[in-house]
Amino acid sequence: MSDVRMFDSRPATAVDAESPLAVSNLAERARRSAADPGVTLRERAFLGHLILRGGAIVLDEAVREVLGVSLPARPGALVHDADGERSIQWLSPDEWLLIVPEGEAYTLEKRLRDALGDAHFAIVDVSGGQTLVELSGPRAREVLMKSTPYDVHPRHFPAGKGVTTTFAKATAIVRRPDEELWELVLRRSFADYCYRWLVDAGEEYGLAVEESGR
Amino acid sequence: MFHIYCPYCEEHREEEEFHPKGQAHIARPADPDACSDAEWGDYLFFRDNPRGIHHELWVHAVGCRKFFNITRHTVTYAILETYRMGEQPTITAESLASGEKAGNVQAASGGQQTVGASDAAVASVKGAQA
Amino acid sequence: MSQSSSQPNRLAQGGRVDRTRKLTFTFNGKRYTGHPGDTLASALLANGVDVVNRSFKYSRPRGIVAAGAEEPNAVVQLGASEAAQVPNVRATQQALYDGLEARSTNGWPNVQRDLMGSVGKLGGSFMPPGFYYKTFMAPASMWMTYEKYIRKSAGLGRSPVESDPDIYDHLNQHCDVLVIGAGPAGLSAALAAAYSGARVILCDEQETMGGSLLDSRETLDDAEATRWADAVIDELASLDNVTLLARTTANGYHDHNFVTLHERRTEHLADVAPRVDGRRQSRSRLHRVRAAQVVLATGAHERPLVYANNDVPGNLLAGAVSTYIRRYGVAPGQKLVLSTSNDHGYRAALDWHEAGREVVAIADARDNPDGEWVEQARAAGIRIITGSAVIEAKGDKRVSAARVARIDIDGFRVAGKAEELACDTIASSGGYSPVVHLSSHTGTRPVWRDDILGFVPGDVTGLTPAGGAHGVYALDAVLEDGVAAGNRAAEAGGFPAASVNLPRASAHRESPAVALYQVPHEKPTLRAPKQFVDLQNDVTAAGIDVATREGFESIEHVKRYTAMGFGTDQGKLGNINGMAIAARCLGQTIPETGTTVFRPNYTPVTFGAIVGRHCRELFDPERYTALHQWHVEHGAEFEDVGQWKRPWYFPRTVNGKKESMHEAVARECLAVRQGVGILDASTLGKIDIQGPDAREFLGRIYTNKWAKLAPGRVRYGLMCKDDGMLMDDGTTSCLGDNHFLMTTTTGGAAGVLEWLEIWHQTEWPELEVYFNSVTDHWATMTVTGPEARQLLAEITDIDLDKEAFKFMDWKEGNVAGVPARVFRISFTGELAFEINVQANYAMHVWKTLFEHGEKYDLTPYGTETMHVLRAEKGLIIVGQDTDGSVTPEDLGMYWAIGYDKPFPWIGKRALSRPDTRRVDRKQLVGLRPHDPGVVLEEGAQIVFDPEQSIPMTMVGHVTSSYYSPVLDSGFALAVVKGGHHRMGETVYLPMVDGKVHAAEIVSTVFYDPKGERQHV
Repeated sequence: MSDVRMFDSRPATAVDAESPLAVSNLAERARRSAADPGVTLRERAFLGHLILRGGAIVLDEAVREVLGVSLPARPGALVHDADGERSIQWLSPDEWLLIVPEGEAYTLEKRLRDALGDAHFAIVDVSGGQTLVELSGPRAREVLMKSTPYDVHPRHFPAGKGVTTTFAKATAIVRRPDEELWELVLRRSFADYCYRWLVDAGEEYGLAVEESGR
Repeated sequence: MFHIYCPYCEEHREEEEFHPKGQAHIARPADPDACSDAEWGDYLFFRDNPRGIHHELWVHAVGCRKFFNITRHTVTYAILETYRMGEQPTITAESLASGEKAGNVQAASGGQQTVGASDAAVASVKGAQA
Repeated sequence: MSQSSSQPNRLAQGGRVDRTRKLTFTFNGKRYTGHPGDTLASALLANGVDVVNRSFKYSRPRGIVAAGAEEPNAVVQLGASEAAQVPNVRATQQALYDGLEARSTNGWPNVQRDLMGSVGKLGGSFMPPGFYYKTFMAPASMWMTYEKYIRKSAGLGRSPVESDPDIYDHLNQHCDVLVIGAGPAGLSAALAAAYSGARVILCDEQETMGGSLLDSRETLDDAEATRWADAVIDELASLDNVTLLARTTANGYHDHNFVTLHERRTEHLADVAPRVDGRRQSRSRLHRVRAAQVVLATGAHERPLVYANNDVPGNLLAGAVSTYIRRYGVAPGQKLVLSTSNDHGYRAALDWHEAGREVVAIADARDNPDGEWVEQARAAGIRIITGSAVIEAKGDKRVSAARVARIDIDGFRVAGKAEELACDTIASSGGYSPVVHLSSHTGTRPVWRDDILGFVPGDVTGLTPAGGAHGVYALDAVLEDGVAAGNRAAEAGGFPAASVNLPRASAHRESPAVALYQVPHEKPTLRAPKQFVDLQNDVTAAGIDVATREGFESIEHVKRYTAMGFGTDQGKLGNINGMAIAARCLGQTIPETGTTVFRPNYTPVTFGAIVGRHCRELFDPERYTALHQWHVEHGAEFEDVGQWKRPWYFPRTVNGKKESMHEAVARECLAVRQGVGILDASTLGKIDIQGPDAREFLGRIYTNKWAKLAPGRVRYGLMCKDDGMLMDDGTTSCLGDNHFLMTTTTGGAAGVLEWLEIWHQTEWPELEVYFNSVTDHWATMTVTGPEARQLLAEITDIDLDKEAFKFMDWKEGNVAGVPARVFRISFTGELAFEINVQANYAMHVWKTLFEHGEKYDLTPYGTETMHVLRAEKGLIIVGQDTDGSVTPEDLGMYWAIGYDKPFPWIGKRALSRPDTRRVDRKQLVGLRPHDPGVVLEEGAQIVFDPEQSIPMTMVGHVTSSYYSPVLDSGFALAVVKGGHHRMGETVYLPMVDGKVHAAEIVSTVFYDPKGERQHV
């Protein structure tokens, strides 16, 4: 839409960046990882996070044009592009979350805006406001059962689903990109609390923490 | 702990994801300045407290952030239906009393059914489902 | 049979205990031994311990009565160390482990020699029925006296005074079918549901699943019933779709099939949870289960008969006698008299006889019993006295005899001369009461059924009772009922019904039971020896009689008058008998009398399990800004603002001495007024607003005008509720014609976003606009003070010239090489720039500012200094200077009210209500204490006339008050009735210590009244 001020929040030349979990010192915990972990935790920091608002019919065409996938219109749907690097998740009837590799958010927003033209929509960059944490391992589901009242049983939570729900006393987006992996999208200010909760919940199963990769 | 069907997320969710926002179908007067003080006070402060069917506004606060309505029985706590903004309840105190569950019945006592989405907005919401 | 000398009542064989291993435990300091498989109760009985407690009110010695959750007396305090103390544990539910230490909870100074016991009669008159009602009506001060005495003498267990070494946790569970109880009904229901494909959870409160099958006389497929139970449990354990939870009590049945299960994970192992592979595990776990369907297979509790002195140790439930013999290999006495109204009670006599002990007699209330078990007893040569009952027990700390007499049930009288039979044990059975507690938690009243002489669960959506829980008692029928219930529940969830091959149950002919609750005595109830109805709360038949005579006719009133069914007992043994007695006294039927409401929890749940991991460092989320680590490293003291941790002030250490808060805040204030300071303002709520109708929307939500705010400009706005009261404030910037960035107060962020959405979604959906929170995306740093421009200029490419970048403008550019939006707004009254950068880069920018700020002595300041500086400028804080009853007009902020805006914005109409037009409303003013050394107390009440006698007329209160370093004086903001028209007047603040402060009403702006400093 015109008359909206876009803003590329990433510096042109590299400066030190700190993800929401910088304060949590994952590196220190990683050195005490269990040898045969029941659950493994890893942060995927600095990804591009965009909120896309608008009617599904309006947005679908632009998303297909720019990302090459259809807008997931069913509640809770999560889809990835062909190489699995970019995802779109249904958040509400007029809201989707796009997560893309580091550095792609601004260009993607621009391309989507160009494709959408004068339609009524909104795109908001929230890359600095949230981070993505991966949980894997045979006991990952039990860690989630300690953390969220949402039913994470495979019958109810198949791969390709994602929901916004309560997480301990905070909130999180819980996603299941494939059979082996769970993802949590955490708000920056709550990330350390959620991380500490996860470490505590995972302790009895043997927990491994992997340092965040960019 | 209620188990509430969100009509937008299209599944049941735990009560802790929702906030109750009071009686449903309370419309803000279109011309507040034309209201008497008594009418304005009624709009602001006076609410039904029925024993039985009650239509309530809730928001799926930790979820899709959408507002919707719940028809709830205040004695049994049974949730008889949930419906989207701009839609009418199909179950009301009157419909239950007359033993029918007809659609598009007017809301129970005290409810002016004017709050809600316009037809266009309803259409766009429905479009999002397609 | 022979017996172990150390455990006089342990049988040589039988039961499910491992006699090859010994476990040592102590009870009230004395050492005993038991075996794996024992409960504390079975081990105590094996050791011949008769007295386990003193009763709550009369302090009478009490022994073990039951074998399960319904035990009213054997409630113990557990734990070897102070930190591991657990009160309110039922000995019948506590598995024995080596080193277990338990004590009686009641009894002062001890159970054997009880001071209260010797003044038992005092206890009786001291606490008559109705004691609670009458005491609460007495002068309240007396209650405190009573309460101490009651607690000490009655003892309700005690909490540990040391920190609990254990952890507890929660697990959220979901299933298609939750089966509560793993007796024959529950096991067959779980099998059916599991075979249907449903997700099944089967829980059982006992150490071992199997329920009544564990001590059954019946056979299944001609083998012991436990063989079938063990096979089914193995089968269920092998299925992926089944979760088995032993030692797990369903304690609460809440709305919409939400059931809380309390799993005791390590309580059978030790009093502190052992580690597994060096890893900590939770001592107990609360499963929060959302079940589509619930099968209630909780069985039934046997009802004791109510006869005189039925509380003397040695009086047991008939079924409990069987359980102790058959399951634990313990015969809890030598000579038994059984009093029964039904065939099931005969099991106790048969088991006792087969254990090689003497059955003195069976008193059967029926005239012509002829069931199969009756005939077996006759064949064994046991004396059966028909048409009779035990009308009174004899003995003090142990039964010494039973008085048996012919009774006329309908006439409620003793019909013959009593015969005294020497014995040490009396077993009684008055039939069964289905365990309807859980179904009642939902608010559904149970329904009386005359054919089974008991209440069954009322209709609850999504709940199917099975077996004894709704009065199905014959084993073959119970198994079939279980399968039907399991299938019905599974089918409700869309699963196909499954067929289950059930074993063949041995059938036995039964003669009908007779309804008997209170047994008549030769003396009338009020003069007979005490006939106990509720053993835990010491409620007698006479107490209920008195209650009805005093006019308490509703069973709910009788309950509260007598305390029947209170507390941890929840009426498991006594309620039906109590209702039956009340009904008889009132001359009505039991269904007419009705039942009281059973409430969660079914059995006590430790607070630890309720809290779970939401304690200590995980008690509540702590929200951090992107700069938190820097604040920690620089010695910040933190203040909780909602869930945020915000730096409160940054004390420096000067000459080895750490500054006080007062010193630090004074220094920080002067740095901002004279040099440059910096604040982490990242916690402010930020909402991105896009859409062609964004501007129109702002105009409806805010009190002031937004139509002409140009891109690049910022405006302060006030937000009211429709009652005209201020709810939030903040600045909103125009980023583009259809694009705004709204800021909210730190605490108001979530509420304001929801506020915008509710109006958009429910009233104005036609407006094309979207709202999104960007609070966490941006970090915000406020650089403020006369030297702010010089500092910022060193690291930005933005033109900071005062003409190029005016007050209430915002600009884009780079700060320390990071793209930034800089807003020239001020909450200090000084020149100020609010720098917003993406939070991932905030630390870099912040540190760069400090590198360059060294020569300016850049001073980090916290919320306290922020408060002082803004108050000196008369800038309000919503929630501190306002409280939901303050309009913008009360604040004197007429300049921020767009009276002539076209749309009737939120809050406008209310401003013309008579109440909001009153001239004597409390209005915001400044207060200057006459004594500049005085800092008024926030919240202090204000009066006009200090001489007025108490109660004085209070006309307002102090909302904000600080010491101002720049004024070298205390100053305050306050709301005062009609304050705007009282400038220069003196008001008074009487304090608790008798001092009265005088203060002058002044303008709210104490510093730089023309506002020149922020425009430089």
